[in-house]
Amino acid sequence: MHNFVYERANSADNAMDLGHRDGAAILAGGTELLNWMRIGIESPDLLVDIRDLGHLDRIEEIEGGLRIGALCRLNDVACHPAIKRDFPVLSSAILQSASAQLRNLATIGGNPLQRVRCPYFREETVNACNKRHAGSGCAAYEGHNERMAIFGWTPECVAVQPSDPAVAFAALDAVVIVQSTDGTRRIPMREFHVLPDEDPSAHSVLGRGELITGIEISTPAPHSAYLKVRERQSYEYALVSAAVTLDLDGETIRNARIALGSVAMRPWRLLATEDLLVGKRLGSKDIAEAVDAGFAEARALSGNAYKITLARNAALRAIELASEN
Amino acid sequence: MSASARSQTIDISLTVNGRPVQASVEPRLSLLDFLREELDLTGAKKGCNRGECGTCTVLVDGRRVNSCLVLAASASNHEVVTVEGLAKDGELHPVQQAFIEADALQCGFCTSGQIISAVACIEEGHAGSTEEIREWMSGNLCRCSCYPQIAEAVEMAARRMEADNA
Repeated sequence: MHNFVYERANSADNAMDLGHRDGAAILAGGTELLNWMRIGIESPDLLVDIRDLGHLDRIEEIEGGLRIGALCRLNDVACHPAIKRDFPVLSSAILQSASAQLRNLATIGGNPLQRVRCPYFREETVNACNKRHAGSGCAAYEGHNERMAIFGWTPECVAVQPSDPAVAFAALDAVVIVQSTDGTRRIPMREFHVLPDEDPSAHSVLGRGELITGIEISTPAPHSAYLKVRERQSYEYALVSAAVTLDLDGETIRNARIALGSVAMRPWRLLATEDLLVGKRLGSKDIAEAVDAGFAEARALSGNAYKITLARNAALRAIELASEN
Repeated sequence: MSASARSQTIDISLTVNGRPVQASVEPRLSLLDFLREELDLTGAKKGCNRGECGTCTVLVDGRRVNSCLVLAASASNHEVVTVEGLAKDGELHPVQQAFIEADALQCGFCTSGQIISAVACIEEGHAGSTEEIREWMSGNLCRCSCYPQIAEAVEMAARRMEADNA
Protein backbone atom coordinates (compact mmCIF):
# COMPACT_ATOMS: atom_id res chain seq x y z
CA MET A 1 0.00 0.00 0.00
CA HIS A 2 1.28 3.50 -0.88
CA ASN A 3 1.70 5.69 2.12
CA PHE A 4 -0.51 8.70 2.65
CA VAL A 5 -1.23 11.49 5.08
CA TYR A 6 -3.81 10.65 7.74
CA GLU A 7 -6.09 13.28 9.25
CA ARG A 8 -9.01 12.90 11.64
CA ALA A 9 -11.82 15.30 10.78
CA ASN A 10 -13.22 17.07 13.84
CA SER A 11 -16.43 18.33 12.17
CA ALA A 12 -18.49 17.71 9.03
CA ASP A 13 -17.27 21.05 7.63
CA ASN A 14 -13.69 20.04 8.32
CA ALA A 15 -14.30 16.66 6.59
CA MET A 16 -15.78 18.32 3.48
CA ASP A 17 -12.98 20.85 3.37
CA LEU A 18 -10.25 18.19 3.65
CA GLY A 19 -12.17 15.78 1.40
CA HIS A 20 -12.28 18.33 -1.39
CA ARG A 21 -8.50 18.44 -1.70
CA ASP A 22 -6.74 16.76 -4.62
CA GLY A 23 -6.04 13.12 -3.90
CA ALA A 24 -8.19 13.00 -0.76
CA ALA A 25 -10.44 10.10 0.22
CA ILE A 26 -12.89 9.80 3.09
CA LEU A 27 -12.31 6.88 5.50
CA ALA A 28 -15.33 5.58 7.42
CA GLY A 29 -15.54 1.83 8.13
CA GLY A 30 -12.56 1.13 5.87
CA THR A 31 -13.75 -2.33 4.79
CA GLU A 32 -13.64 -1.36 1.10
CA LEU A 33 -11.22 1.56 0.88
CA LEU A 34 -8.26 -0.21 2.48
CA ASN A 35 -8.64 -3.12 0.06
CA TRP A 36 -8.86 -0.77 -2.95
CA MET A 37 -5.58 0.74 -1.79
CA ARG A 38 -3.96 -2.69 -1.47
CA ILE A 39 -5.17 -3.83 -4.90
CA GLY A 40 -4.30 -0.50 -6.54
CA ILE A 41 -7.85 0.58 -7.39
CA GLU A 42 -7.29 3.78 -5.42
CA SER A 43 -4.12 5.44 -4.16
CA PRO A 44 -5.13 8.53 -2.19
CA ASP A 45 -2.51 10.94 -0.84
CA LEU A 46 -4.74 11.98 2.06
CA LEU A 47 -7.13 9.88 4.13
CA VAL A 48 -9.72 11.84 6.06
CA ASP A 49 -10.95 9.66 8.93
CA ILE A 50 -14.48 10.74 9.91
CA ARG A 51 -14.90 8.34 12.86
CA ASP A 52 -15.08 11.18 15.38
CA LEU A 53 -18.19 12.80 13.83
CA GLY A 54 -20.45 11.49 16.58
CA HIS A 55 -23.56 13.28 15.32
CA LEU A 56 -23.54 10.98 12.25
CA ASP A 57 -23.65 7.88 14.47
CA ARG A 58 -27.35 8.02 15.43
CA ILE A 59 -30.73 6.82 14.24
CA GLU A 60 -33.25 9.64 14.68
CA GLU A 61 -36.99 9.88 14.21
CA ILE A 62 -37.99 12.44 11.62
CA GLU A 63 -41.43 13.47 10.33
CA GLY A 64 -42.99 10.16 9.27
CA GLY A 65 -39.83 8.09 9.27
CA LEU A 66 -36.22 7.64 10.32
CA ARG A 67 -32.91 9.25 9.49
CA ILE A 68 -30.03 6.79 9.78
CA GLY A 69 -26.74 8.58 10.38
CA ALA A 70 -24.08 7.67 7.82
CA LEU A 71 -21.64 6.36 10.43
CA CYS A 72 -24.06 3.89 12.02
CA ARG A 73 -22.49 0.43 11.84
CA LEU A 74 -24.41 -2.13 9.83
CA ASN A 75 -25.12 -4.41 12.81
CA ASP A 76 -26.46 -1.48 14.85
CA VAL A 77 -28.90 -0.52 12.09
CA ALA A 78 -30.09 -4.11 11.56
CA CYS A 79 -30.68 -4.66 15.30
CA HIS A 80 -32.36 -1.30 16.02
CA PRO A 81 -35.88 -1.98 17.40
CA ALA A 82 -37.67 0.48 15.06
CA ILE A 83 -35.87 -0.88 11.99
CA LYS A 84 -36.67 -4.50 12.94
CA ARG A 85 -40.31 -3.65 13.59
CA ASP A 86 -41.10 -1.24 10.75
CA PHE A 87 -38.53 -2.07 8.07
CA PRO A 88 -37.82 -5.83 8.23
CA VAL A 89 -36.65 -5.76 4.59
CA LEU A 90 -33.75 -3.53 5.60
CA SER A 91 -32.84 -5.43 8.76
CA SER A 92 -32.85 -8.69 6.83
CA ALA A 93 -30.81 -7.32 3.91
CA ILE A 94 -28.15 -6.05 6.31
CA LEU A 95 -27.93 -9.28 8.31
CA GLN A 96 -27.43 -11.24 5.08
CA SER A 97 -24.51 -8.95 4.16
CA ALA A 98 -20.86 -9.76 4.81
CA SER A 99 -20.00 -11.25 8.24
CA ALA A 100 -20.63 -10.31 11.87
CA GLN A 101 -17.19 -8.72 12.27
CA LEU A 102 -17.34 -6.83 8.96
CA ARG A 103 -20.78 -5.49 9.90
CA ASN A 104 -19.23 -4.11 13.12
CA LEU A 105 -16.87 -1.99 10.98
CA ALA A 106 -18.84 -1.20 7.84
CA THR A 107 -21.09 1.88 7.94
CA ILE A 108 -24.53 2.35 6.41
CA GLY A 109 -23.35 5.44 4.52
CA GLY A 110 -20.30 3.69 3.11
CA ASN A 111 -22.07 0.48 2.14
CA PRO A 112 -23.74 1.76 -1.07
CA LEU A 113 -20.32 3.04 -2.15
CA GLN A 114 -18.87 -0.45 -2.38
CA ARG A 115 -17.67 -1.15 -5.87
CA VAL A 116 -18.42 -3.95 -8.28
CA ARG A 117 -17.15 -7.46 -7.50
CA CYS A 118 -16.36 -8.13 -11.17
CA PRO A 119 -13.14 -10.21 -11.15
CA TYR A 120 -11.67 -8.13 -13.98
CA PHE A 121 -12.21 -4.96 -11.92
CA ARG A 122 -10.73 -6.49 -8.74
CA GLU A 123 -7.73 -8.17 -10.37
CA GLU A 124 -4.32 -6.85 -9.36
CA THR A 125 -3.03 -7.33 -12.93
CA VAL A 126 -4.20 -5.08 -15.77
CA ASN A 127 -7.38 -6.08 -17.61
CA ALA A 128 -9.75 -4.40 -20.00
CA CYS A 129 -12.11 -2.72 -17.54
CA ASN A 130 -13.71 0.66 -18.11
CA LYS A 131 -14.20 1.06 -14.36
CA ARG A 132 -10.47 0.57 -13.71
CA HIS A 133 -9.15 2.36 -16.80
CA ALA A 134 -11.78 4.36 -18.71
CA GLY A 135 -11.72 3.48 -22.40
CA SER A 136 -9.96 0.12 -21.94
CA GLY A 137 -13.10 -1.95 -22.67
CA CYS A 138 -14.90 -4.70 -20.78
CA ALA A 139 -13.24 -8.10 -20.52
CA ALA A 140 -16.31 -9.55 -18.82
CA TYR A 141 -18.63 -8.86 -21.76
CA GLU A 142 -17.24 -11.84 -23.68
CA GLY A 143 -15.39 -13.38 -20.72
CA HIS A 144 -16.50 -14.79 -17.37
CA ASN A 145 -19.91 -13.15 -17.05
CA GLU A 146 -21.87 -15.79 -15.12
CA ARG A 147 -22.53 -13.38 -12.23
CA MET A 148 -22.98 -10.25 -14.32
CA ALA A 149 -25.98 -8.11 -15.28
CA ILE A 150 -29.26 -9.06 -16.92
CA PHE A 151 -30.68 -5.52 -16.93
CA GLY A 152 -29.29 -2.20 -18.13
CA TRP A 153 -25.86 -3.42 -19.27
CA THR A 154 -23.93 -2.31 -22.33
CA PRO A 155 -20.89 -3.95 -23.98
CA GLU A 156 -18.85 -1.28 -22.15
CA CYS A 157 -19.74 -2.62 -18.69
CA VAL A 158 -21.76 -5.64 -17.56
CA ALA A 159 -20.96 -5.51 -13.84
CA VAL A 160 -23.54 -5.42 -11.04
CA GLN A 161 -23.75 -3.32 -7.88
CA PRO A 162 -23.25 -5.77 -4.99
CA SER A 163 -24.76 -3.92 -1.99
CA ASP A 164 -27.62 -5.72 -0.21
CA PRO A 165 -28.79 -2.75 1.91
CA ALA A 166 -28.99 -0.54 -1.21
CA VAL A 167 -31.55 -2.95 -2.70
CA ALA A 168 -33.72 -2.70 0.41
CA PHE A 169 -33.31 1.09 0.41
CA ALA A 170 -34.34 1.24 -3.27
CA ALA A 171 -37.52 -0.71 -2.50
CA LEU A 172 -38.19 1.66 0.42
CA ASP A 173 -37.70 4.77 -1.77
CA ALA A 174 -34.95 5.86 0.62
CA VAL A 175 -33.15 9.16 0.13
CA VAL A 176 -29.38 9.61 0.49
CA ILE A 177 -28.47 12.90 2.18
CA VAL A 178 -25.26 14.34 0.76
CA GLN A 179 -23.44 17.44 1.97
CA SER A 180 -20.69 19.47 0.39
CA THR A 181 -19.38 23.00 0.70
CA ASP A 182 -22.04 23.90 -1.92
CA GLY A 183 -24.90 22.74 0.34
CA THR A 184 -27.09 19.65 0.71
CA ARG A 185 -28.34 17.28 -2.01
CA ARG A 186 -31.09 14.69 -1.53
CA ILE A 187 -30.56 11.76 -3.89
CA PRO A 188 -33.07 8.89 -4.17
CA MET A 189 -31.24 5.58 -3.68
CA ARG A 190 -32.81 4.43 -6.95
CA GLU A 191 -30.77 7.09 -8.75
CA PHE A 192 -27.60 6.93 -6.66
CA HIS A 193 -25.70 4.47 -8.88
CA VAL A 194 -24.82 5.13 -12.51
CA LEU A 195 -25.85 2.78 -15.32
CA PRO A 196 -23.24 2.12 -18.01
CA ASP A 197 -25.27 3.69 -20.83
CA GLU A 198 -24.69 6.96 -19.00
CA ASP A 199 -21.07 6.34 -18.00
CA PRO A 200 -19.46 2.87 -17.94
CA SER A 201 -16.56 4.14 -15.81
CA ALA A 202 -18.77 5.59 -13.05
CA HIS A 203 -19.83 3.97 -9.79
CA SER A 204 -22.19 6.49 -8.20
CA VAL A 205 -23.27 10.10 -8.62
CA LEU A 206 -21.26 11.17 -5.57
CA GLY A 207 -18.78 13.93 -6.45
CA ARG A 208 -15.43 14.94 -4.99
CA GLY A 209 -15.75 16.61 -1.60
CA GLU A 210 -19.28 15.32 -1.12
CA LEU A 211 -20.04 13.56 2.15
CA ILE A 212 -22.94 11.20 2.75
CA THR A 213 -24.34 12.26 6.11
CA GLY A 214 -27.37 9.98 6.33
CA ILE A 215 -30.07 7.93 4.67
CA GLU A 216 -33.78 8.67 5.21
CA ILE A 217 -36.58 6.13 5.07
CA SER A 218 -40.19 7.14 5.45
CA THR A 219 -43.35 5.05 5.33
CA PRO A 220 -43.03 1.97 7.56
CA ALA A 221 -43.14 -1.28 5.58
CA PRO A 222 -44.00 -4.08 8.02
CA HIS A 223 -45.03 -6.39 5.15
CA SER A 224 -41.60 -6.50 3.57
CA ALA A 225 -38.89 -9.07 2.95
CA TYR A 226 -35.44 -9.57 1.46
CA LEU A 227 -34.54 -12.81 -0.28
CA LYS A 228 -30.89 -13.41 -1.13
CA VAL A 229 -29.89 -16.30 -3.37
CA ARG A 230 -26.23 -17.33 -3.17
CA GLU A 231 -23.90 -20.27 -3.57
CA ARG A 232 -23.17 -20.49 0.17
CA GLN A 233 -25.76 -20.12 2.89
CA SER A 234 -23.89 -17.30 4.59
CA TYR A 235 -21.08 -14.80 4.05
CA GLU A 236 -21.35 -14.65 0.27
CA TYR A 237 -22.38 -12.13 -2.36
CA ALA A 238 -25.75 -12.60 -4.04
CA LEU A 239 -26.30 -14.29 -7.37
CA VAL A 240 -29.60 -12.42 -7.29
CA SER A 241 -31.67 -10.87 -4.53
CA ALA A 242 -35.14 -9.40 -4.23
CA ALA A 243 -36.51 -6.76 -1.85
CA VAL A 244 -40.29 -6.44 -1.66
CA THR A 245 -42.61 -4.16 0.29
CA LEU A 246 -46.36 -4.68 0.22
CA ASP A 247 -49.26 -2.49 1.27
CA LEU A 248 -52.10 -4.95 1.80
CA ASP A 249 -55.86 -4.74 2.15
CA GLY A 250 -56.59 -8.21 3.47
CA GLU A 251 -55.43 -10.52 0.67
CA THR A 252 -55.39 -7.76 -1.93
CA ILE A 253 -52.30 -5.77 -2.89
CA ARG A 254 -52.89 -2.03 -2.62
CA ASN A 255 -49.33 -1.16 -3.55
CA ALA A 256 -46.09 -3.10 -4.12
CA ARG A 257 -42.47 -2.08 -4.54
CA ILE A 258 -39.92 -4.57 -5.82
CA ALA A 259 -36.17 -4.04 -6.24
CA LEU A 260 -33.80 -6.70 -7.51
CA GLY A 261 -30.14 -6.88 -6.49
CA SER A 262 -27.03 -8.09 -8.32
CA VAL A 263 -28.85 -7.91 -11.68
CA ALA A 264 -27.73 -4.44 -12.80
CA MET A 265 -25.34 -1.61 -11.95
CA ARG A 266 -28.03 -0.28 -9.63
CA PRO A 267 -30.84 -1.83 -7.59
CA TRP A 268 -33.40 -2.62 -10.30
CA ARG A 269 -37.02 -1.68 -9.62
CA LEU A 270 -39.63 -3.77 -11.45
CA LEU A 271 -41.90 -0.80 -12.18
CA ALA A 272 -44.07 -2.59 -14.77
CA THR A 273 -44.66 -5.37 -12.25
CA GLU A 274 -45.49 -2.91 -9.50
CA ASP A 275 -48.15 -1.25 -11.70
CA LEU A 276 -49.73 -4.56 -12.58
CA LEU A 277 -49.81 -5.82 -8.98
CA VAL A 278 -52.16 -3.08 -7.80
CA GLY A 279 -55.52 -4.65 -6.89
CA LYS A 280 -54.31 -8.24 -7.40
CA ARG A 281 -54.98 -11.00 -4.88
CA LEU A 282 -52.10 -12.75 -3.15
CA GLY A 283 -51.70 -16.30 -4.36
CA SER A 284 -53.49 -15.71 -7.66
CA LYS A 285 -51.92 -16.44 -11.05
CA ASP A 286 -51.98 -12.68 -11.73
CA ILE A 287 -48.92 -12.35 -9.51
CA ALA A 288 -46.66 -14.42 -11.76
CA GLU A 289 -47.98 -12.65 -14.84
CA ALA A 290 -47.16 -9.30 -13.28
CA VAL A 291 -43.64 -10.42 -12.37
CA ASP A 292 -43.06 -11.75 -15.89
CA ALA A 293 -44.00 -8.34 -17.30
CA GLY A 294 -41.15 -6.80 -15.31
CA PHE A 295 -38.70 -9.15 -17.00
CA ALA A 296 -39.66 -8.14 -20.56
CA GLU A 297 -36.51 -6.02 -20.79
CA ALA A 298 -34.13 -8.58 -19.24
CA ARG A 299 -31.25 -9.60 -21.55
CA ALA A 300 -28.83 -12.43 -20.84
CA LEU A 301 -25.09 -12.40 -21.54
CA SER A 302 -23.33 -15.48 -22.93
CA GLY A 303 -23.08 -17.17 -19.51
CA ASN A 304 -25.88 -15.92 -17.30
CA ALA A 305 -29.28 -16.82 -18.79
CA TYR A 306 -29.94 -18.76 -15.56
CA LYS A 307 -30.06 -15.45 -13.67
CA ILE A 308 -33.24 -14.39 -15.48
CA THR A 309 -35.10 -17.48 -14.24
CA LEU A 310 -33.50 -17.23 -10.81
CA ALA A 311 -34.35 -13.54 -10.37
CA ARG A 312 -37.91 -14.04 -11.59
CA ASN A 313 -38.48 -16.86 -9.11
CA ALA A 314 -36.75 -14.90 -6.32
CA ALA A 315 -39.12 -11.97 -6.91
CA LEU A 316 -42.14 -14.29 -6.72
CA ARG A 317 -40.90 -15.94 -3.54
CA ALA A 318 -40.06 -12.58 -1.94
CA ILE A 319 -43.63 -11.38 -2.57
CA GLU A 320 -44.85 -14.43 -0.63
CA LEU A 321 -42.34 -13.81 2.18
CA ALA A 322 -43.34 -10.14 2.44
CA SER A 323 -47.02 -11.06 2.71
CA GLU A 324 -46.20 -13.48 5.55
CA ASN A 325 -44.32 -10.84 7.58
CA MET B 1 3.32 10.76 -3.22
CA SER B 2 4.09 13.98 -1.42
CA ALA B 3 7.13 14.37 0.82
CA SER B 4 4.84 14.81 3.82
CA ALA B 5 3.19 11.45 3.12
CA ARG B 6 6.57 9.72 3.31
CA SER B 7 7.48 11.33 6.57
CA GLN B 8 4.24 11.46 8.56
CA THR B 9 4.15 9.48 11.76
CA ILE B 10 1.18 9.46 14.07
CA ASP B 11 1.31 9.22 17.83
CA ILE B 12 -1.24 6.74 19.06
CA SER B 13 -2.35 5.78 22.51
CA LEU B 14 -4.53 2.74 23.11
CA THR B 15 -5.16 -0.12 25.50
CA VAL B 16 -4.14 -3.63 24.45
CA ASN B 17 -5.18 -6.54 26.67
CA GLY B 18 -5.64 -4.13 29.55
CA ARG B 19 -2.23 -2.50 29.21
CA PRO B 20 -1.77 1.10 28.03
CA VAL B 21 0.32 1.30 24.86
CA GLN B 22 1.82 4.34 23.21
CA ALA B 23 3.54 4.30 19.84
CA SER B 24 4.42 6.32 16.79
CA VAL B 25 3.19 4.69 13.57
CA GLU B 26 3.09 5.15 9.81
CA PRO B 27 -0.43 6.03 8.58
CA ARG B 28 -0.66 2.88 6.44
CA LEU B 29 0.13 0.45 9.26
CA SER B 30 -2.84 -1.82 9.96
CA LEU B 31 -3.88 -2.65 13.51
CA LEU B 32 -3.05 -6.28 12.67
CA ASP B 33 0.53 -5.47 11.64
CA PHE B 34 0.90 -3.20 14.64
CA LEU B 35 -0.13 -5.99 17.03
CA ARG B 36 2.04 -8.63 15.34
CA GLU B 37 5.14 -6.66 14.36
CA GLU B 38 5.36 -3.91 16.98
CA LEU B 39 3.83 -5.56 20.04
CA ASP B 40 4.82 -9.16 19.26
CA LEU B 41 1.23 -10.31 19.77
CA THR B 42 1.14 -12.92 17.03
CA GLY B 43 -2.13 -14.58 18.07
CA ALA B 44 -4.12 -12.64 15.50
CA LYS B 45 -3.01 -14.15 12.18
CA LYS B 46 -2.49 -12.55 8.78
CA GLY B 47 -4.43 -14.82 6.44
CA CYS B 48 -5.95 -13.00 3.46
CA ASN B 49 -5.22 -9.41 4.58
CA ARG B 50 -8.50 -8.46 2.80
CA GLY B 51 -11.16 -8.98 5.46
CA GLU B 52 -12.24 -12.27 3.92
CA CYS B 53 -10.97 -15.02 6.26
CA GLY B 54 -11.51 -13.69 9.80
CA THR B 55 -8.30 -15.09 11.29
CA CYS B 56 -7.21 -11.55 12.29
CA THR B 57 -10.36 -10.97 14.37
CA VAL B 58 -9.82 -8.97 17.58
CA LEU B 59 -12.12 -7.08 19.92
CA VAL B 60 -12.14 -3.28 19.71
CA ASP B 61 -14.17 -1.71 22.51
CA GLY B 62 -15.66 -5.17 23.07
CA ARG B 63 -16.80 -5.69 19.46
CA ARG B 64 -15.23 -8.17 17.05
CA VAL B 65 -13.62 -6.65 13.97
CA ASN B 66 -11.16 -7.69 11.27
CA SER B 67 -7.91 -6.06 12.43
CA CYS B 68 -6.51 -6.10 8.87
CA LEU B 69 -9.18 -3.55 7.92
CA VAL B 70 -8.47 -1.14 10.76
CA LEU B 71 -5.60 1.33 10.64
CA ALA B 72 -3.48 1.45 13.79
CA ALA B 73 -4.00 5.23 13.63
CA SER B 74 -7.78 4.74 13.76
CA ALA B 75 -7.46 2.49 16.81
CA SER B 76 -6.00 5.28 18.91
CA ASN B 77 -8.05 5.95 22.06
CA HIS B 78 -9.72 2.54 21.80
CA GLU B 79 -9.46 -0.73 23.78
CA VAL B 80 -8.15 -3.79 21.95
CA VAL B 81 -8.32 -7.38 23.16
CA THR B 82 -6.51 -10.20 21.37
CA VAL B 83 -6.53 -13.93 22.06
CA GLU B 84 -3.51 -13.38 24.33
CA GLY B 85 -5.73 -11.29 26.61
CA LEU B 86 -8.44 -13.89 27.27
CA ALA B 87 -6.90 -16.16 29.91
CA LYS B 88 -7.07 -14.74 33.44
CA ASP B 89 -4.71 -15.72 36.29
CA GLY B 90 -3.48 -18.75 34.40
CA GLU B 91 -7.03 -20.01 33.78
CA LEU B 92 -8.13 -20.47 30.20
CA HIS B 93 -11.23 -18.59 29.06
CA PRO B 94 -14.25 -20.95 28.89
CA VAL B 95 -14.20 -20.64 25.09
CA GLN B 96 -10.55 -21.70 24.93
CA GLN B 97 -11.25 -24.66 27.22
CA ALA B 98 -14.24 -25.69 25.11
CA PHE B 99 -12.18 -25.58 21.89
CA ILE B 100 -9.76 -28.07 23.46
CA GLU B 101 -12.50 -30.36 24.75
CA ALA B 102 -14.50 -30.32 21.52
CA ASP B 103 -11.33 -30.88 19.45
CA ALA B 104 -12.31 -27.78 17.45
CA LEU B 105 -9.10 -27.35 15.51
CA GLN B 106 -6.72 -29.16 13.22
CA CYS B 107 -3.94 -26.94 11.85
CA GLY B 108 -4.86 -24.11 14.23
CA PHE B 109 -4.24 -21.18 11.90
CA CYS B 110 -7.81 -19.90 12.16
CA THR B 111 -8.20 -20.75 15.85
CA SER B 112 -7.27 -17.43 17.46
CA GLY B 113 -9.78 -15.65 15.23
CA GLN B 114 -12.40 -18.33 15.84
CA ILE B 115 -11.99 -18.04 19.61
CA ILE B 116 -12.16 -14.23 19.70
CA SER B 117 -15.14 -14.30 17.37
CA ALA B 118 -16.83 -16.95 19.53
CA VAL B 119 -16.32 -14.84 22.69
CA ALA B 120 -18.11 -11.96 20.93
CA CYS B 121 -20.78 -14.24 19.43
CA ILE B 122 -21.73 -15.48 22.92
CA GLU B 123 -21.58 -11.98 24.41
CA GLU B 124 -23.87 -10.65 21.63
CA GLY B 125 -26.43 -13.36 22.44
CA HIS B 126 -26.04 -15.12 19.10
CA ALA B 127 -25.21 -18.58 20.46
CA GLY B 128 -28.76 -19.78 21.08
CA SER B 129 -28.67 -22.74 18.69
CA THR B 130 -26.23 -24.54 16.40
CA GLU B 131 -27.89 -22.88 13.41
CA GLU B 132 -27.55 -19.40 14.92
CA ILE B 133 -23.91 -20.07 15.87
CA ARG B 134 -23.06 -21.22 12.35
CA GLU B 135 -24.63 -18.07 10.88
CA TRP B 136 -22.95 -15.64 13.29
CA MET B 137 -19.57 -17.44 13.07
CA SER B 138 -19.60 -17.49 9.26
CA GLY B 139 -17.01 -14.71 9.03
CA ASN B 140 -14.32 -17.09 10.30
CA LEU B 141 -13.20 -19.57 7.68
CA CYS B 142 -11.61 -22.91 8.58
CA ARG B 143 -9.92 -24.61 5.64
CA CYS B 144 -9.57 -27.82 7.66
CA SER B 145 -13.37 -27.64 7.83
CA CYS B 146 -13.71 -28.17 11.57
CA TYR B 147 -17.03 -26.37 11.50
CA PRO B 148 -19.10 -29.01 13.36
CA GLN B 149 -16.58 -29.13 16.21
CA ILE B 150 -16.24 -25.32 16.27
CA ALA B 151 -20.01 -24.89 16.53
CA GLU B 152 -20.05 -27.54 19.27
CA ALA B 153 -17.29 -25.74 21.19
CA VAL B 154 -19.11 -22.40 20.99
CA GLU B 155 -22.33 -24.00 22.19
CA MET B 156 -20.52 -25.81 25.04
CA ALA B 157 -18.86 -22.59 26.20
CA ALA B 158 -22.10 -20.61 25.89
CA ARG B 159 -24.05 -23.07 28.06
CA ARG B 160 -21.29 -23.17 30.70
CA MET B 161 -21.04 -19.37 30.79
CA GLU B 162 -24.83 -19.10 31.14
CA ALA B 163 -24.73 -21.58 34.02
CA ASP B 164 -21.91 -19.65 35.71
CA ASN B 165 -23.84 -16.40 35.40
CA ALA B 166 -27.13 -17.90 36.60
